[in-house]
This record gives sequence, C-alpha cells and structure tokens, in this order.
Amino acid sequence: MLRLFFHTQLQLGFAQAAVAALLALAVVLLARRGQIHLEGEILIAMVRGLVQIIAVGSVLVVLLHAPRWTSGLLLAGMIVAAGATSARRARGILDAYRISAWAIAFGAGSVIALMTWLGVIDTAITSLVPVGSMLIANAMNTNGLALNRFRSDVLAHVGEIETALALGAEARNSVTPYVQASFEASLIPAIDSLRSLGIVWIPGLMAGMLLSGVRPVNAAVYQFVVLAMIFAASGLTSLVSTLLIRGRVFSPAEQLLLQPGR
Amino acid sequence: MSTPPNPDSVILRTERLGRTVNGKILIQDANFAVCKGEVLAIVGPSGSGKSSLLRLLNRLDEPSSGTVFVEGIDYRSIEPRVLRCKLGMVTQRPYLFPGTVADNLRFGPAQRGETLPQESIEQLLAQVGLRDYAGRDVANLSGGEAQRVSVARTLANSPLVFLLDEPTAALDEAAKHEVESSIQKIVRDHGLTCVMVTHDAAQAARLAGRALLLESGHIVRAGLVSEVLHA
Repeated sequence: MLRLFFHTQLQLGFAQAAVAALLALAVVLLARRGQIHLEGEILIAMVRGLVQIIAVGSVLVVLLHAPRWTSGLLLAGMIVAAGATSARRARGILDAYRISAWAIAFGAGSVIALMTWLGVIDTAITSLVPVGSMLIANAMNTNGLALNRFRSDVLAHVGEIETALALGAEARNSVTPYVQASFEASLIPAIDSLRSLGIVWIPGLMAGMLLSGVRPVNAAVYQFVVLAMIFAASGLTSLVSTLLIRGRVFSPAEQLLLQPGR
Repeated sequence: MSTPPNPDSVILRTERLGRTVNGKILIQDANFAVCKGEVLAIVGPSGSGKSSLLRLLNRLDEPSSGTVFVEGIDYRSIEPRVLRCKLGMVTQRPYLFPGTVADNLRFGPAQRGETLPQESIEQLLAQVGLRDYAGRDVANLSGGEAQRVSVARTLANSPLVFLLDEPTAALDEAAKHEVESSIQKIVRDHGLTCVMVTHDAAQAARLAGRALLLESGHIVRAGLVSEVLHA
C-alpha cells in the first residue's frame, strides 16, 4: 500500500517508521484513557531510538572498514549507555548506575568474550557488533526488569522488611525473598522467548539468514545459539545486579533507606 | 511532675535525640529516661512524632542529632542487629512471615544461629494466651491472634526493653482487649521494661506508670500518667 505513494527507498522507510510510530502512539492514547500516563516516556524513547539508530546506521557504514579492535570500543560504549538506561528503573537506589553497568559488563561481556574466543561469534565487526549489541540490549532489558521489580517489591513490603530488621535479621537477608522474585521475574521474557522459538516467532536474524540463502537448518541452529547466549547474558546480568543491589537499599546502620515518599 | 527516674535503675536514656527529614523536624531535643521494669507511654496527637521517636529508639531510623544510651552505652557503638534484639519492637500491624506460628517465633533466635526449643515456644504462646497454636498457619489467624503472635515473636528474642507502637490501633474492641491483657500480663509477670506509643489515653492510663506528651516533635510534658493526661 505504502509503495503506491512513496517511490524512493528513503521515503518508503520514513513512511513505514511514521506508520509504526502512529500505532505506538495509538496504544499510548488508549493507555491514557485508562489513566496510565506513558506519553512523555514513550515519545522521548521513540524519537531517541529513531535518531540513535539512524546515527549508528550511518556510523556502521564507516566502521565496516574500521580495524577489528573498534568493535570492542563500540560494545563498551553500548554497555555504558545500557547501564544508564536500565538504572532509571531503580530510582532512589544508591549506585544503581554503577551496579547496572558492572552487571551488564559482566553478564553480556563475559558471554561475548567467551563465545568470540570459542569462535561462535565471528570477530568481524559486521558480526561481533550486531550480535554483541543483541546480548547487551537483552541484558539491559533484563537488568531494568530486575531493578524495577526489586524496587517495587521493597516499597510494597517495607513493613515486613523492617519487622525482620527489628527482630535482628541481617539487612541483606531481610530482602532475600524480593531479590529472588526480581531475579525470576526478570528472566521471564528470555525464558518465554526460548520456549516459544519457532512456534510463536521466527526471529529477525533467522529470517535475514534465510533470505540471504543460508540453509534453514543452519539458520535455525545459529538462531538457537543466539537465544541461548541471550539467556546466559541476561541471567548473569540479573544475578549480578540483584546480588549487588540488595545491599544498596540500606544504610551502614542497616536502616531501610528506600521508603515510600522519601 | 513526677520524681525523676533513679539513675541507678535507668535502662534507656535519650540525650538531645532529634530527627529532621528534608527540613521537616520529626523529633527535636528529646531527653528522657526509662527505668528498669517501668512502663512509659508516649502519647500525643496524630503526626506528633510518637512513632518516629520509637523508631529512633531501636535505630530503625538514624537520629540527626543526639543519641540513646542503653544500659549506659551509646547505642551507636552497639551493632544494630544486637541493639534491635535488646530493644524488641512490636509494630502497629503484625507483619507475620509465611509459615506456622512456631516458624515466626523461631525467626529472631535463628538470626543469631540459635534454635528456639519447642518448650520455649509453648511457654511464649502460653504467655500471650495462644496455647496449642504453634503448628497453626499464620494465614488463618485473626487480627488479635496475629498481634499476640507478633508480641510472642518479639519476646522470643528476650528483649531488655519492649517497644510497642500502637499495638492495638488496628484491632477491633474484642481483639484490642485480648492484646492489651496479654501485654499487661507479660509486663506484670516478668517486670519487663516497656515503652509504648498510644493515641488512646485510657489505654495509657491502664498500662503505663509514666507518660510523655509529644506535640510537633517536642516533649511538652512528662510525668506520672495521671499528671500528663489530666493536666
């Protein structure tokens, strides 16, 4: 349909982006009718996402011919940005950014390093950067979910946590149920993705490989490898961030700092 | 005014204790002492800082100024976990942990690596009038029963001082009576030192010997309950 009105690739691309954005805005408007106000966050996220991906796309053209070590720099930059993005889900928690960045660096970074060393991820910049970015992005999402869940659980259970403290519990132990719950909840998308692979969805990477002529079985196996790597990176990230964050909601005198309205 | 507490029997003493949050004074210059075996009521209107003062006593909140002496020792030099066992607190709402009544009673001692014997569990439950409740799931308790389990759970830590934050405020009349009777019995039988926050003047008169009247974070009156409540 759009092809009838837009004849160049660029025009068509922007038209498709506009239609997709309108759909997203429609959802925001529907949510608004239910007194859920996401408009500010979604608008900023969409504009940011579009500008960023166009900028990165343009830079990638140049980087395709850059030396291999530049992929390390790019991935490190992505980890820093991912840490900042997911740390916003932990408002009011000390060191949320530092913890997020370290957790993603450890979770995604170690999986990228190991799999590159084993030769599962090709060291070519055209392979390492896109696959690495997938792992980092998923680790970021998992980390954001874990922090967000932990924060809301702590805020919803201040009475229980302070009761445990008042009975002599160690601060870190008083939030153990909420650490476990946030770890489990953060991995639901990654687990469901693995579980529904091929039945509910055929990922873009596999579709691209098929279109470029790779044998379906090879494409499918590599897709499974990518999803397993995503699960490993996400799980490690969530494990590290939930372990580190549990101590950050308390003062040195083991007082709960994260309180409603403070 | 009542006679000042005997310095030899003082178990808890605050010195210019204060807390300010975001520029708002919650407690300012609170000076008082609690003697061994006495029941001190902290009374005052809503928002006067009664609960804030109690939270400062077991260091659930950090004082902005001043300190508390427990048996003559500055409480900042006591490990918070140890301090909170010495100054056992019962909150307005009984936050029981999932499991049985016995599981809840074992919680405090377990934090120190101790196992509460079955015999002690039975004794504690008998003190709060809940004999044979050890195996019951806490999900099936009434509000009054849950609060009495909360009292027994705090007692399981053998506290020096019992801090009660409006323990009957969330209960109906019948349950309020049950909990109050349990507290009265424990205090009488064991000579337990008790600091109790209440907005109920009649309850303060029934349970306490002395009282502090708090207004806007300041202690405006202190003395015998009858003097403070009827001045």
